Amino acid sequence: MDHFPTNWGRPRNDAIDAYGTYPIHSRPKNDQDAFSAGVQRTQQPIVTGTSVLAIKYKDGIMMAADNLASYGSLARFKDVRRLHPVGDHTVIGAGGDMSDFQYLQTILDELTISEFTAQDGHSLGPAEIHEYLAQVMYARRSKMNPLWNSILVGGVKDGKKFLSYVDLLGTTYSASTLATGYGGHIAQPLLREAVEGREDTLTEEQALAIIENSMRVLFYRDARSLNKYQVATITAAGVSISESKHLETSWSFAEGIRGYGAQTQ
Amino acid sequence: MDHIDFNRLKTGEVNLGTSIMAVQFDGGVVIGADSRTTTGSYIANRVTDKLTHVHDRIYCCRSGSAADTQAVADIVHYSLQMYSQAAGKPPSVHTAAAIFQKLCYENKDALSAGIIVAGWDDSVGPSVYNIPLGGGLFRQPWAIGGSGSTYVYGYCDATYKEGWGRDETVNFVKNTLSLAMSRDGSSGGVIRMCVITKDNVERLFVPGNELPKFWEGHEVLGAAPKLGKVVPDVVPMAVE
Amino acid sequence: MTSIGTGYDLSASTYSPDGRIFQVEYANKAVENSGTAIGLKVKDGIVLAVEKLVHSKLLVPGANRRIQTIDRHIGLATAGLLADGRHLSNRARDEAANYRETYNAPPPLKAVADRLGLYVQAYTLYSSVRPFGISTILGTVDEDGPGLFVVEPSGIFYGYNGAAVGKGKQLAKTELEKLDLSQLSLREAVIEAARIIYLVHEDTREKEFELEMSWIGPETNNTHLPVPQDLLEEAETKAKEQFEFEDDAA
Repeated sequence: MDHFPTNWGRPRNDAIDAYGTYPIHSRPKNDQDAFSAGVQRTQQPIVTGTSVLAIKYKDGIMMAADNLASYGSLARFKDVRRLHPVGDHTVIGAGGDMSDFQYLQTILDELTISEFTAQDGHSLGPAEIHEYLAQVMYARRSKMNPLWNSILVGGVKDGKKFLSYVDLLGTTYSASTLATGYGGHIAQPLLREAVEGREDTLTEEQALAIIENSMRVLFYRDARSLNKYQVATITAAGVSISESKHLETSWSFAEGIRGYGAQTQ
Repeated sequence: MDHIDFNRLKTGEVNLGTSIMAVQFDGGVVIGADSRTTTGSYIANRVTDKLTHVHDRIYCCRSGSAADTQAVADIVHYSLQMYSQAAGKPPSVHTAAAIFQKLCYENKDALSAGIIVAGWDDSVGPSVYNIPLGGGLFRQPWAIGGSGSTYVYGYCDATYKEGWGRDETVNFVKNTLSLAMSRDGSSGGVIRMCVITKDNVERLFVPGNELPKFWEGHEVLGAAPKLGKVVPDVVPMAVE
Repeated sequence: MTSIGTGYDLSASTYSPDGRIFQVEYANKAVENSGTAIGLKVKDGIVLAVEKLVHSKLLVPGANRRIQTIDRHIGLATAGLLADGRHLSNRARDEAANYRETYNAPPPLKAVADRLGLYVQAYTLYSSVRPFGISTILGTVDEDGPGLFVVEPSGIFYGYNGAAVGKGKQLAKTELEKLDLSQLSLREAVIEAARIIYLVHEDTREKEFELEMSWIGPETNNTHLPVPQDLLEEAETKAKEQFEFEDDAA
């Protein structure tokens, strides 16, 4: 029992007080001056999601993300949706901190409701949602308190495909293939090779095969990934997000491998 | 700063994040390991063999820095060859474990190595030794190690029984490693196992897509968000 | 009203000697000068209908809506001062959004009606303000199924199966009572609502009007939306037929 109420609910610092023996009751320090009161620290992501992939294809946008939320290296939640529909024309997919992503979902829900209740004949498309997110992300990084995500925004509205990126700094860019996190290193080259120049001809089946293959390579190479994922398609007909899919993987070639050099048995 | 650097790995160092295990049974020992090697969260090798031969009937399971544990295992392998030539008989598992322990203890500040030594010898039959980070030596009926092991202590305590035969022991190792690999991002890939008995060493292999399955939770959290256009185009406020 | 003209009706913060607040009662008069609004609660949904009096032919058709959307699943119709209705619907949106923010769940209509009741009531307490000159019908399909409430200028609110406010409320209520609301389908309710609005309008022989209707039910995925144009036209055609038959009989 810790008899000092100001310590309740705060983590003990194992680095300096491994056995909780430090005897002096120290209160949290009050602000020392007006300047220190103005200082906020950036936080760090805790429960995290890894890559999101998206490509343009004939009918619109296809996006994919696995269902894992990690806690450091612990694969903590394996049933998390990282693709989220916003309105009738848009899907956002997020990597990074899942609590921040949930917060973004609530403010986007608020936004779509206020847009809906206005009943003025307008509805938000992917471009507007992306711009809104970019403003929110940039405003938060400017308060030294960023929302720790990298996000893909994809959609189709008024016959136009839209695919763009925004991250914790408010950085934005768009391309016909996008990937966040490890996907940016591992999947992006594969996606570019398969998609660029074919944005208006790739069928849904072809697009799905490209996405699936990239998800498989990511599962092979990203230690924070899962072989369970969802795929979203956004077309003129609207948004659809698949049930969870399981990746087919191959391992049998490794059966004969022995040791790390000369070992044979 | 009140921060102490417990991070023994150097930046960019290759890590056997690892789930490893060894269990003794009446006729021998079963050792097992996952196959993932990482630098940070990049999987440098997804089909690593972490079960390392150090003598005919003695193997070790390596966890920690790949470079350190390979160097140590190479030295022990050499030492045991020299020993068997000089003594004219194969070394005991204890002998092998003692050499590992000496290297790990005397170089504890420089090494990041958690090693399980297991095998069969003439004097005691099957045995398992655990040499965790500081370089201590502990004989155990079963041992688990590596980052993935922390997730499965409870499972092992609840499941392990004395008096199992070979097949039950193999299953225990397979199930434990599968559970550890499913929770630990630093473990994964395939399961490699060895059954070491008086007469031979038998290699077993479980491909990554045929791992034993346990509770996997719901497909996805919560109800699916409602999709599709239920909302027709709203009536615009006409301004002519 | 025996105390009228004796000075007790100048402020909402002053009772009359017999315990009444005349400003609130006058607010009710303001409601009764307005076109009728009705709400029907049936088995699987809600229909709101408003007789929107058009005081000028120069107005753009469809302008000055009296049915508003508060949240995805909540609609609001007012009778009384149009501007007060606008103000209160904005407040209702804020309250609904605030509930969402706090509980991360869609607000039950009861909670919104409760908060609006408190808000409206506060305008009966001070000499510096006037009470709301509106009665408000709130409709929803929420976690408890369909719900219908009316908030009055006093701040009091009741739940209803069928509600009517405004000029024609007496006749409308009589018509609503004739309906077996719990057995009506939502589409039937739309037809009935249009009929009642046309009936009460015919009764008052007022100027031109527009029929404004919205609904919440399975067909709208329980969201509050205007009744689709084709159904609205069908309902209006049927509503007009009732008078043709009367004319034939006469």
